[in-house]
Amino acid sequence: MQKIQSDLRVVDNQRLSARACLITLESIDKLPRIRAGQFAELLVPDCPGVYLRRPISIHAVDTEHNRVEFLVQLVGKGTNALAAVKPGEIINTILPLGNGFDVENMTYKHPLLIGGGIGIAPLYQLGVDMAKNGIQPTFLFGTRSKQDIILMDKYSRIAPLEYTTEDGSFATKGFVTDHVLMNADIKKFDALYVCGPTPMMKAVVQKAALSQIDCYVSLEHKMACGLGACLCCVEVIDGTNTCVCKDGPVFKSDRLQWK
Amino acid sequence: MEMNGMNVKIGALECKNPVLTASGTFGYGLEYQDFVDLERLGGFIVKGTTLHHREGNAYPRMAETPSGMLNAVGLQNKGVDYFIEHIYPQIKDINTNIIVNVSGASIEDYVACAEKIDALDSIPAIELNISCPNVKQGGMAFGVTPNGAESVVKAVRKAYHKTLIVKLSPNVTSITDIAKAVEGAGADSVSLINTLLGMAINAETQRPELSTITGGLSGPCVKPIALRMVWQTYNAVKIPIIGIGGIQSATDAIEFILAGATAVEIGTANFVDPNITMKVVDGIADYMQRHKIDNINSLRGALKI
Ligand SMILES: Cc1cc2nc3c(=O)[nH]c(=O)nc-3n(C[C@H](O)[C@H](O)[C@H](O)COP(=O)(O)OP(=O)(O)OC[C@H]3O[C@@H](n4cnc5c(N)ncnc54)[C@H](O)[C@@H]3O)c2cc1C
Ligand SMILES: Cc1cc2nc3c(=O)[nH]c(=O)nc-3n(C[C@H](O)[C@H](O)[C@H](O)COP(=O)(O)O)c2cc1C
Ligand code: FES
Repeated sequence: MQKIQSDLRVVDNQRLSARACLITLESIDKLPRIRAGQFAELLVPDCPGVYLRRPISIHAVDTEHNRVEFLVQLVGKGTNALAAVKPGEIINTILPLGNGFDVENMTYKHPLLIGGGIGIAPLYQLGVDMAKNGIQPTFLFGTRSKQDIILMDKYSRIAPLEYTTEDGSFATKGFVTDHVLMNADIKKFDALYVCGPTPMMKAVVQKAALSQIDCYVSLEHKMACGLGACLCCVEVIDGTNTCVCKDGPVFKSDRLQWK
Repeated sequence: MEMNGMNVKIGALECKNPVLTASGTFGYGLEYQDFVDLERLGGFIVKGTTLHHREGNAYPRMAETPSGMLNAVGLQNKGVDYFIEHIYPQIKDINTNIIVNVSGASIEDYVACAEKIDALDSIPAIELNISCPNVKQGGMAFGVTPNGAESVVKAVRKAYHKTLIVKLSPNVTSITDIAKAVEGAGADSVSLINTLLGMAINAETQRPELSTITGGLSGPCVKPIALRMVWQTYNAVKIPIIGIGGIQSATDAIEFILAGATAVEIGTANFVDPNITMKVVDGIADYMQRHKIDNINSLRGALKI
């Protein structure tokens, strides 16, 4: 897949909550083909102390207008600087990176898309593409608390949407793995797709194994190049250190060695 | 806009310009194909290659630092035979100098690996990474003592017949002692610097950032040290020097040439701007025009003091 490095213009930057923003970038040139689950490496503009690019999932693609959307959680210097960019500013971007989800060759009919915190980011375009291909996804998102819930309307237009909150301030109290969809109702699904904090992904992978359901994880390892050149971002896949940025970030869970 | 007067020679190696890429930061070149015209490079140096497959260190292997990064990749590679069978055929027809960076845990390993690469027509040079621990002698790196450096270079020199570049570790008291030992042992060139040993701690988790606790520092933060070492080495040996360390612009490259480097390698900067090497090539040409320099070689060591 052709990769580009390009100066993209910020057309919108919406603050969604205390800890998240949604950035829309536009390209003058035609964007290359982008798959759901692929990511970009953003060069954070004018940010002392931030030297490397930041890997961020492609949240949504608008091929007609050559726009890409990024859902960003504010965790440190780089992401806070990204939250402050204004329409008209330029962000040098490398995309599309990684394997993404293979929706075209998908044979599942009823997958469950599970997101923890900002881990919902790669699942939006996945849900959109699945729906377009006659697949009927369901979203299950876990957050700490009610005020961390973002983009509820946007996601619920694509597919049925359920929540858990750790403090019980909204919907089911607990973790995603406590929800009925992952317990009594888990047999309704023929595949699980999960992105979120590692302990949460591990818990989901374990459930999937117990219920013998195919499961795919999207990993967020620390990266330097994003191109498969430096070998900094490895996970043990099929028994050997493998680049998450190039051969992932999406892996079928039975290829991992998670305990 | 290729200019005449940019050619440089490193031993028998002719480079169309002095801009190369540093081992471990540029994969096998192919990873950068979408961003770089590989044939406009003076050359590229592929990932550290060892006689046998190496898994490298556990994740996490990377930590960002002010103006740089630490890495602890640990020479992950599939071994020289895999390189020859699967990677070499994909890159051998690229019209530039392709140099293999060779590492080993014993002198025999270095020699065996170098011999195999000697047989490859499209590889005109190797870069010997002597910063690896010598497992037979208690894990002390070959490159940190003049004797250790000399013994490995001598052995490889006997077995390898093309241009032999030796890459020096900066984690030593006197870089010039090592450089002289390497020159005496028959190296055609020295390249410097490899990464500096460093460390990063996460105060919140109270844990190290790297699985190996310590790792190699690179990027703009190491440039002043690298420049100093190139300058000292230039004043100590006669063989050509390749300058490495924090280069991210044509100006940086020119500074290394003024300090005595014949050519430069660009490493970590490729991660920030995958097109950086092309910008440096163009920028050097532009500098030469502005300063009315016909031949880049006239700038070597031309620091005015
Ligand atoms: C393939 C991929 C896709 C990603 N997609 C998204 C996304 O869509 N939206 C989003 O908000 N984030 C995403 N991330 C995570 C994002 O890259 C990091 O949160 C970001 O790099 C942190 O930068 P910072 O400068 O704000 O934080 P820093 O100041 O660098 O660090 C602040 C804190 O964040 C932690 N951190 C740093 N890098 C990462 C990382 N890669 N993953 C998790 N924690 C990290 C640090 O350990 C530290 O505790 C993705 C990461 C990867 C590898
Ligand atoms: C991720 C990474 C991997 C590296 N791997 C190697 C290697 O395999 N062999 C080697 O000789 N040097 C290796 N290096 C060192 C670089 O080639 C270079 O000497 C160093 O990074 C300093 O240059 P820079 O500041 O331009 O990056 C590596 C550096 C990095 C950042
Ligand atoms: S980040 Fe460099 S190989 Fe994945």
